[in-house]
Amino acid sequence: MVGITSVSAYIPMYRLNREEIEKMWKAGAAAGEKAVAGYDEDTVTMAVAAAIDCLKPGNEDVNGLYAATTTAPYKEKQSAAIIASALDLDKRCYTADFSNSLRAGTIALKAAIDAVVSGSAGRILVTASDCRIGAPGGRLEQNLGDGACALMIGSSDLLATIEDNYSIFSDFTDLWRTEDDMFVQSGEGRFIDEAGYMPIMQEAVSELMKKHSLVPGDFSKIVYYASDNKQHAALAKRLGFDRSQVQDPLFEQIGNTGVAASFIMLAAVLEEAKPGDRILFANYGDGVDTFIFCVTENIGRIHNKSMVKKRLAAKKSIDYGTYLNWRDLIPFEASSLPDRAEPSLAPRWRERKTVTALYGFKCRKCGIPQIHPIGQTARICVVCQSKDDFEAYKFSDKTGKLFTYAVDILQPTKNPPGLNGVIDFDGGGRLICELTDYNLDKVAIGMPVEMVFRKLFQGKGILNYFWKAKPI
Amino acid sequence: MESIKDKVAIVGMGCTRFGERWDMGVEDLLVEAAYEAFQDAGIEPKDVQAAWLGTVFSGMSALTLAPLGLQYIPVTRVENMCATGSEALRAASYAVAAGVCDIALAIGVEKLKDSGQTGVKGPSIIGDNTDGSSAIGSGYSAPASFAYLGTRYFHHYGLNPDEGKRLLAEIAVKNHYNGSLNPKAHFHNILTVEQVVKAPIVAWPLGLFDCCGVSDGAAAAIVTRADMAKNFRSDPVYVKGLAISVGARQGSMRQDYDYVHIDENVLAAKKVYAEAGIKDPRKEISMAEVHDCFTCHELIVYEDLGFSPRGRARDDIDAGTFTLKGELPVNTDGGLKCFGHPLGASGLRMMYEVYKQLQGKAGPRQVKNPRLGMTHNLGGNAGNGVGCCVVVGNEKG
Repeated sequence: MVGITSVSAYIPMYRLNREEIEKMWKAGAAAGEKAVAGYDEDTVTMAVAAAIDCLKPGNEDVNGLYAATTTAPYKEKQSAAIIASALDLDKRCYTADFSNSLRAGTIALKAAIDAVVSGSAGRILVTASDCRIGAPGGRLEQNLGDGACALMIGSSDLLATIEDNYSIFSDFTDLWRTEDDMFVQSGEGRFIDEAGYMPIMQEAVSELMKKHSLVPGDFSKIVYYASDNKQHAALAKRLGFDRSQVQDPLFEQIGNTGVAASFIMLAAVLEEAKPGDRILFANYGDGVDTFIFCVTENIGRIHNKSMVKKRLAAKKSIDYGTYLNWRDLIPFEASSLPDRAEPSLAPRWRERKTVTALYGFKCRKCGIPQIHPIGQTARICVVCQSKDDFEAYKFSDKTGKLFTYAVDILQPTKNPPGLNGVIDFDGGGRLICELTDYNLDKVAIGMPVEMVFRKLFQGKGILNYFWKAKPI
Repeated sequence: MESIKDKVAIVGMGCTRFGERWDMGVEDLLVEAAYEAFQDAGIEPKDVQAAWLGTVFSGMSALTLAPLGLQYIPVTRVENMCATGSEALRAASYAVAAGVCDIALAIGVEKLKDSGQTGVKGPSIIGDNTDGSSAIGSGYSAPASFAYLGTRYFHHYGLNPDEGKRLLAEIAVKNHYNGSLNPKAHFHNILTVEQVVKAPIVAWPLGLFDCCGVSDGAAAAIVTRADMAKNFRSDPVYVKGLAISVGARQGSMRQDYDYVHIDENVLAAKKVYAEAGIKDPRKEISMAEVHDCFTCHELIVYEDLGFSPRGRARDDIDAGTFTLKGELPVNTDGGLKCFGHPLGASGLRMMYEVYKQLQGKAGPRQVKNPRLGMTHNLGGNAGNGVGCCVVVGNEKG
């Protein structure tokens, strides 16, 4: 039996109310708000955040990491490898990127299921994340949101079993980006619905139900992708599902999160699910992937995890100007302040354990954990001066407290002012680092923090990922 | 281990006007400071037997001193962050004490304003960063790295933000008053506590007037053997102690570091007092030039150097102890805060003021009957620094 052994969702804390967009462009806006990745987040950091929650507890051993997104930070360089190293996965973990389609997440899911069924892997972690941008003033700008989800696929201790799946492909051009496009392009709405989305979704869902002799009433929930509320509601009607059976697509809370969208909806369903629930799951993009999940007795295990409800509640509004700045949509005057020191490839590689998974050292003699603020190695213990007598010690999973801090007006950042602090980790060790996702009014000495994987800045053409402290 | 005490003397000094010297390049600044020092010592450039040049950003190698035209003598560039100028003096003094030369030049220079940037590069320079690069780069500013001290000091001693800001403001007001009396200082404006407290924040709790000037400038000293000093002038200044203490990043990596003192300062002071034979610095030091890059650091330095008991600097600030007319005047020339901070020149600029004070030539800033003066620098920042102290006196013994 193959199924989901763990699930978690990540929604960035920032929201752009669609009224902000309406005010800016004097155009009619849909209701609600969209989730916006922070200035230091992207599809990789969001996938890491979701995956960290998915891995614990008891799901640390993974044979594969499949990362799905249409907004990989690099065109050439694997996202999955960055995510896997931030997660500190074993180097034999098989990493793969799935991309170029909104169906990338379910394609990765199918590949994971097949690998586990075939016995080539025990457990595979699938991440689905996206950070798509709609051109200013357009419908997609209002519609698209940012988010991530992680699913662990395995064969024991299942939260939900995967009964079957059914897929068809379709070379239908409704949404696209060429090599040079920053913004998602779209065909005309009626054409997309009537020639593309509706018929193919109906066909795939009906075929799957027919294959198992099931009718709409046999499902406790149906979860499916749509590009907006209208399309979503219209399909439910055509499929003959009752509104109570249909999972809220969360457009009013977070927008259309692309590859992550149907997965975040699925996480929201699992969060509330009861043993025995049967779920129909359908994803769309260059075809359709459909699945049937059956919830097991183990489902109670996830009820206290930080899932969709908690992420939806932890939010902070930003204005439209901030959004434009964070997504690099307008040029800014060059700063007259000194530039940040550039990252360099060789030390990034040399100190990779620190840079990617925030490893430090623990002295075997005096037992004190230690880590250097710019990822420098330690050969001599800073406490007892013994030489080369350390064991590796991971800080990324440790909580800490803010010992002192500085609100830094001069720091080059897209979210001024910068906040830097001295973090004392529970269990020992101190790190001077940047903070993120804070409420400046509430920053205080002694504040508890956790570590999150973020983009420091882009320098020398590479993405300079590192860890920051975030108030708990 | 022998002490440097009374082995060498400073017999000439020079210092340019500090500030935004758009009119001068590194070479102009060097020539101006050096020739004032030559003239002050009554020597010719050809009398200099060896030179140490201190600069952080303004030139690589001894060749930076080439525009001065010294003819084939040994020259060495030294660098120790903000203690660079003092490091040049240290090197020249040790060489003379060792007897390998009798007349040495210590000179420091920095040209910060030609960068076209506001402020100086942050503390990212510390550590493994070949060509300014490191594993992750780093982004916080120099004020932020010192603001940690202010934030923690307020918390540690229970000062509310208003009380804390006012306390720091008193230091800026004092230093600006002193600097206003000094034609060579970068700034000449007198500040009020209100102005300082209300100035725009740079890195909380530090506002604009809690931060030192970013300046161009140079300063120079002629060092010779103590027994030869009177051949040059009747009022030489004798070196009593030279001490440096370099951290091993303890504070930035160890939880037992408290961010309300700096060990490198404390240990450099302890060493210099031992070498100079000082038992009670508060009573014996006549005046001091300390590293007030940011007001919260001057606050901590009062305690680190033993001028105020731990946690009690506030009482001394309130009592006016460190003002020109106080018991222990500090930063009589305006300090880094008002005189300006061209990194490589600052240590020697401090010594220039102490030298003039000990000779009774400090004009309206003159303190009464000084006998021993002190300079102090901190290179780097809290948790990972270079502490440096120098004590000089106008009498032997």
